[in-house]
Amino acid sequence: MNTASFLSRRLIEGVGKLGAVGWFAIGMLAALPYVLRRPALVVQQIHNAGVLSLVIIMTSGFFVGMVIGLQGYDAFSRLRQEDLLGAGAALTLLKELGPVVTALLFAGRAGTALTAEIGLMRATDQLSAMEVMAIDPMGRIAVPRWLGGAISVPLLTAVFNSVGILGAYFVGVRLMGVDNGAFWSQMQEFVEPADVWEGVIKSAVFGLVASLIAVFEGYTAEPTAEGVGLATTRTVVLTSVLVLILDYMITALLL
Amino acid sequence: MSAISAAMAPMIEVSDLRYDSAGRRIFAGLNLAIRRGSITAIMGPSGTGKTTLLRLITGQIRPKSGQLKVDGAEVASLDRRELFRLRRRMGMLFQNSALLTDYSVFDNVAFPVREHTALDERLIRTLVLMKLQAVGLRGAADLMPAQLSGGMSRRVALARAMVLDPDLLLYDEPFSGLDPISMGMVLRLIKVNNDVLGVTSVVVTHDVEEISRIADYCYVVSGGQVIGAGTPAELGQSDSAMVRQFMSGAPDGPVPFHYPAAAYETQLLGGQRS
Ligand SMILES: Nc1ncnc2c1ncn2[C@@H]1O[C@H](COP(=O)(O)OP(=O)(O)OP(=O)(O)O)[C@@H](O)[C@H]1O
Ligand SMILES: [Mg+2]
Repeated sequence: MNTASFLSRRLIEGVGKLGAVGWFAIGMLAALPYVLRRPALVVQQIHNAGVLSLVIIMTSGFFVGMVIGLQGYDAFSRLRQEDLLGAGAALTLLKELGPVVTALLFAGRAGTALTAEIGLMRATDQLSAMEVMAIDPMGRIAVPRWLGGAISVPLLTAVFNSVGILGAYFVGVRLMGVDNGAFWSQMQEFVEPADVWEGVIKSAVFGLVASLIAVFEGYTAEPTAEGVGLATTRTVVLTSVLVLILDYMITALLL
Repeated sequence: MSAISAAMAPMIEVSDLRYDSAGRRIFAGLNLAIRRGSITAIMGPSGTGKTTLLRLITGQIRPKSGQLKVDGAEVASLDRRELFRLRRRMGMLFQNSALLTDYSVFDNVAFPVREHTALDERLIRTLVLMKLQAVGLRGAADLMPAQLSGGMSRRVALARAMVLDPDLLLYDEPFSGLDPISMGMVLRLIKVNNDVLGVTSVVVTHDVEEISRIADYCYVVSGGQVIGAGTPAELGQSDSAMVRQFMSGAPDGPVPFHYPAAAYETQLLGGQRS
């Protein structure tokens, strides 16, 4: 009884939250014309999100690629199909690990920074000051950060995938002795454009969602130090859960 | 409305304003009128809702009921575009300065100019440096807000609030945290803006003595209502003990200095025993 009422209350809260996030997104779309006249604001945010995340994305990508190299080599060598390692690593990265891990890392690094930045602006009345100066903080602050993040995630995913394949190559070919030519030619043989597109679609959706949540949580944070702290936590938790759920849904739709 | 009566009508007209915040009554029938081109002081104990009143005037929040007109327009009924058009004629100095932390002092002051005008950078530079000179901070143009003291931030925020020469300037505690020299300077600046440019000024402050030197009219707000109104001289002679206490700053009198609480002795002794 108690558990059921607890769960149903959480469910209602969750639906209400998604509604609020959706409503916020509509508000940002209304402020879009302001930003379209000032593309430099978005470029600035792509730069911010990119610089914040690039090192962590490349490091993580390389290690994830190396693990795929080890595990893939182990699995394929049991089947005496070591030559397929390149294809296996590329498919794993492009279709799944690249978009998902990049989105999770983005939430942890750039997403929390966005939430904290905007939350602090709220807490120090900077957003109100803009309002009173007749400048819409939705257009000036929220939308450029949303778009900047949304554009960054697919770009970062591409970096993650490239570095990951290098990692797999390093372990598979250089350490384990998989044939260099076979590694690349099998990759070319088996990876279809549809596989690339699956990854692109996923990373585009994850980017829009991860960045939306980060901006929403910052914008609606309680204007206190504690409130901003809680909001950054919510950014990571909510983004992670949503990315994993969406990953399943997109995969099921596309297969 | 004819042109003449429009010019005579008050810049801000508040009647029977009611506002609750988080279930607490802030305003219970507030009435006041602010004459065009005047300097009007709003005084009252801390937490009485002075900042809230400025937020109502700028349309950041909406009253629960009652009227609030700025320049003849009911603020709560304006749509966003109309509200923004009205706000472009207002400047506000926030109680905590509210400078944009990732812009330099110069860019903070230039921010509204760049947003709202098509002036070229050379003109903007001249304009911004003039305003910074007026608050004595031309030399600090390249500093970031984090490098400023509280009093300096306040003066930069003041330069920003007046950079577009608004018709209505709202000052939330412009003197707090200023040394006597800066205070005198800000006081003169408010007066000059008013005399030379005909700005209507609303000054929220606790500094009774300073504001009395320049204010044309004062309102004392307490308990959600206006408890005293008049020129500074009139208020000093007020019949109301509450207003006199406020003007002279005596801690004992009808205006409670303390937030409502259980009797001091009871609470202290009770705490000791339990
Ligand atoms: N965001 C809020 N949520 C709930 N209550 C609030 C909020 N902001 C202000 N209040 C309450 O509204 C009342 C009026 O606040 P306000 O900031 O307008 O006071 P003030 O007159 O400007 O005080 P001070 O002179 O100290 O600046 C206070 O009692 C405060 O507790
Ligand atoms: Mg205040």
